[in-house]
Amino acid sequence: MENNDIIKIENRVYKKPSLLNDSHMHYCPGCSHGVVHKLVAEVIEELGLQEKAIGVSPVGCAVFAYNYIDIDWLEAAHGRATAMATAAKRLMPDKLVFTYQGDGDFAAIGTCESIHSCNRGESIAIIFINNAIYGMTGGQMAPTTLLGQKTATCPYGRRADLNGYPLSITPLLAQLDGTRYVTRQSVHTPANVRKTKAAIKKAFQNSMEGKGTSVVEVVSTCNTGWKLSPEKANQWMVDNMFAKYPLGDLKNVDAEKKD
Amino acid sequence: MAKIRGAVTVNSERCKGCNLCVVACPCDVLDLMKKEVNNRGYHFAYMAAPEKCIGCQSCALVCPDACIEVYRVVEK
Repeated sequence: MENNDIIKIENRVYKKPSLLNDSHMHYCPGCSHGVVHKLVAEVIEELGLQEKAIGVSPVGCAVFAYNYIDIDWLEAAHGRATAMATAAKRLMPDKLVFTYQGDGDFAAIGTCESIHSCNRGESIAIIFINNAIYGMTGGQMAPTTLLGQKTATCPYGRRADLNGYPLSITPLLAQLDGTRYVTRQSVHTPANVRKTKAAIKKAFQNSMEGKGTSVVEVVSTCNTGWKLSPEKANQWMVDNMFAKYPLGDLKNVDAEKKD
Repeated sequence: MAKIRGAVTVNSERCKGCNLCVVACPCDVLDLMKKEVNNRGYHFAYMAAPEKCIGCQSCALVCPDACIEVYRVVEK
């Protein structure tokens, strides 16, 4: 059987989600953002929520998310995405409201908004991309930067006595009563991509059902900021990031009730 | 025995040549173009060994730019 016989529309098992626009993504080659964008588009398409979805895009690399996924978007001030999502969800409780934030937005300048939105139990979904560096501005140290990790502003590696310890914010949020579902995933292998998709789907369903805040942290790579090739960045993430940011569900109220 | 055959198409203009699909492929089907580049100057991915493809979608799942479409048939 020749290739041309296989490549037919009736044999197609995977295609670009139709909600993902044809516009060229500005992300660096190999950036995890692209995979997560694709998953968000797929999940919204599968749930049939194109007309009901409102995304809040952050300041950071994902600032142009509104150019790539064909749904309604809001652009929040730096770090204030969860506050804006709170307003959107309270005014339109029947909509799916989610924020898409990086670690500079969610865990640095927006920590106050992030924690209080989760504590209030707003029925929003938060997708939090943690790549341990400020990618957009040129690879400076972030609160999530690992000890010993070299960045533009800590060229000899992060030191605990000078720069403090890396902030792992998701376990903090899991302790709050307002959160319904808190999980940490990654997108470096096909299996992890599938798991992340299931997590995003659950978070979006929680938002639609008004069940409380869902946080999906995606441990990601920033191969440009880390100065590695995309595949080496994935390996570096497995070797270094997962020790500080282990994958798995941190809180799942629905699963706990079943037991 | 029924044999599963697969094939992928790569949107070569969208591809940024990040090599993640090549690494993810369990059957060593894909590779990056050695000399040819697309309009943006990236060495895009292509099927170097099309006969080995099983249509498992691994490449498409990890592709950050959603430029891979996967086709699959069961050969009788």
